[in-house]
Amino acid sequence: MLTDSGFWFVQVLNSLQLSMLLFLLSVGLTVIFGLMNFVNLAHGSLYALGALFGYSIAQATGGMWLAYLLAPLCVMLVGAILYILIIDRMRKAGPMKQVLVTFGLIFVLLDIQRYLWGTDQLGVTSGIPFSGSFEIFGEIYPSYRLFIICVGLVVFAALFLLLEHTRLGAEVRAGVDDPETASCLGVNVERTFFVVFLIGSALAGLAGVVAMPAFSAEAGMGVSILVPTLVVVVVGGLGSLKGAFAGSLLIGTTLTFGQVIIPSFASMLMYALLVAVLLIRPSGLFPARG
Amino acid sequence: MKTRVKLGVAVAASLMLAGGQAMSKEYKVGVLLPFSGVYAGLGAHIENGFKLGLEHYGADLGSDTITMVRSDTEAKPAASLAKTKKMVLQDKVDVLVGVVSSAVLGGMRDFVHNSGTPLVVANAGNDHMTGEKCSPNIVRVSFSNSQINRPVGGWLAKQGVKTAYLMAPDYAAGHQMMEAFKKTFTEAGGTIVGEAYPPLQGTKDYGPYITAAKAAKPDAIYTFFAGGAAITFVKQYHDFGVKKDIPLYGAGFLTSAAYVHVQGEAADGTVAALHYVPAIDTPENKKFQDAYQAAHQKVGSEFAVAGYDAAHLIVQAIKKSGGDKDAFKAALSKAEFNGPRGPLRIDPATNNVVQNIYLFKNEFKDGKVVQTILDTIPDVQDAPNGCSM
Repeated sequence: MLTDSGFWFVQVLNSLQLSMLLFLLSVGLTVIFGLMNFVNLAHGSLYALGALFGYSIAQATGGMWLAYLLAPLCVMLVGAILYILIIDRMRKAGPMKQVLVTFGLIFVLLDIQRYLWGTDQLGVTSGIPFSGSFEIFGEIYPSYRLFIICVGLVVFAALFLLLEHTRLGAEVRAGVDDPETASCLGVNVERTFFVVFLIGSALAGLAGVVAMPAFSAEAGMGVSILVPTLVVVVVGGLGSLKGAFAGSLLIGTTLTFGQVIIPSFASMLMYALLVAVLLIRPSGLFPARG
Repeated sequence: MKTRVKLGVAVAASLMLAGGQAMSKEYKVGVLLPFSGVYAGLGAHIENGFKLGLEHYGADLGSDTITMVRSDTEAKPAASLAKTKKMVLQDKVDVLVGVVSSAVLGGMRDFVHNSGTPLVVANAGNDHMTGEKCSPNIVRVSFSNSQINRPVGGWLAKQGVKTAYLMAPDYAAGHQMMEAFKKTFTEAGGTIVGEAYPPLQGTKDYGPYITAAKAAKPDAIYTFFAGGAAITFVKQYHDFGVKKDIPLYGAGFLTSAAYVHVQGEAADGTVAALHYVPAIDTPENKKFQDAYQAAHQKVGSEFAVAGYDAAHLIVQAIKKSGGDKDAFKAALSKAEFNGPRGPLRIDPATNNVVQNIYLFKNEFKDGKVVQTILDTIPDVQDAPNGCSM
């Protein structure tokens, strides 16, 4: 197995595909974390909601394209409601209360998902773009997984341009770096924060709806992906796009190769990596704040 | 108007009392199935089958009647045990039927064993429940995990398959199914070149496992997946384009009649083994499928057949025993009849069913999956495996 070059090649593609999903999830979380020191544990639930909304929209329209567009918007709306009702009030409540409230939110959102969509695995069977396979260097690979990789790369590029070349990006960077000085200089940190929260929610929703045709949707799917996502945030370093990208690649690769090469230690491997990174670089690989 | 109704009821009641003296008996069946949670779909199949079985076989019970008490087990052993106790102690049911999850069966096993009320298992396949943990009160009409897979090892070796890679979810059923296959396959000269057991909960992406299996270059991949996992796995196996080099085999739940239409083209070429396939050509199966499809607009699955045969088994035992409790239990353990799946009987040594195992192929033709039987392995019987009644 280990001497087979096809195995390594396809497995690298598998790692990239998982990494891109983790990236879409962690990038919103890490910027929210970095910008306002707020841990939103319910971020994974937004991923599940993206998949479930996507499923319903695909069922209603008979195709996925509208779902890719509308599901992230629906999740963004849920994010806005959560923000106005709960998260805004918890801003200054301290980390312990924030963790408890958003932890409770996981279960509330989980039961809402179960109530609305049931507990079955839901999958779409028709109208999926890129549903075939293609051959690359003599290996067959599902086209849809390459599509997931592309979506991740495109979002990375778009966010890079947004952060480096727009006023909003400059405000976000200023807010992460030093919120007090930024607000003294006339940056509306509150508004910036709200916008970042909405973008983060929409990206989590996008991850869900993009994953759904390949891996099906299920109430509770956000719970199992939450832990790797949090590890990515910590390993990558708080608040940075580069950190989220590098952390996702590292964790995605570790999980993918770990589960087939040393299956009994696969999940432990991720935590070992977390410990190693924290020992060598306590604030993560590329923290936004020096 | 009101008084007339009351009068009618009173007359009917007095007639019923008079009838009661003529030995008419009301049998209560406690149905323990998941009506919500992950197995809710299977619960519905089994209940539909059970009701149809009562319709077909319970019609000629004379003045005796069968009533059902339902309880939702979900997949929760502790809650199910409490519900079982209520059925036995409070509702005073004569017989329990159902149980999808082996964990739920494990949780209620000791109580049922000591209660004196028999349980007819209509799904849960854990080998131990008709092996070392067997009980005179527990009769299984569905299958045991090893029963389905044991005949396949030798059969596959005979088809020229020399090396196999195993894959199943990491829990009791997955391991029992793979062990049974492994034993007969290696005895027949085959070699296992690798195995993988992805976590049961939360595995949605089988890509890395499929890539690893492919790199091991086996002649065949042998798997067990069921329900949503089976749908996902079969689709991903198809997308990775492995099937043209390495054919996919498995315990028949992989391409169950309950969801093979959802897998569609992805199921094409897969060969699997199970105790029931809708393609079985017998008058009993035709009668069952015609009635089931007319009532539910879908093909009757192996789960529905288990419910149907459980009803047949209970009615037959009622007729034989004439209401005597011990005779009823004895009749369950010695039952023998032809069901939709062919001839079946209960083995008194283990209380597990003895039945045919069918090897069948899935082919995608004109937009739908056609299942055809390749081979029948008759009368597959489990060894007692530590069971003493």
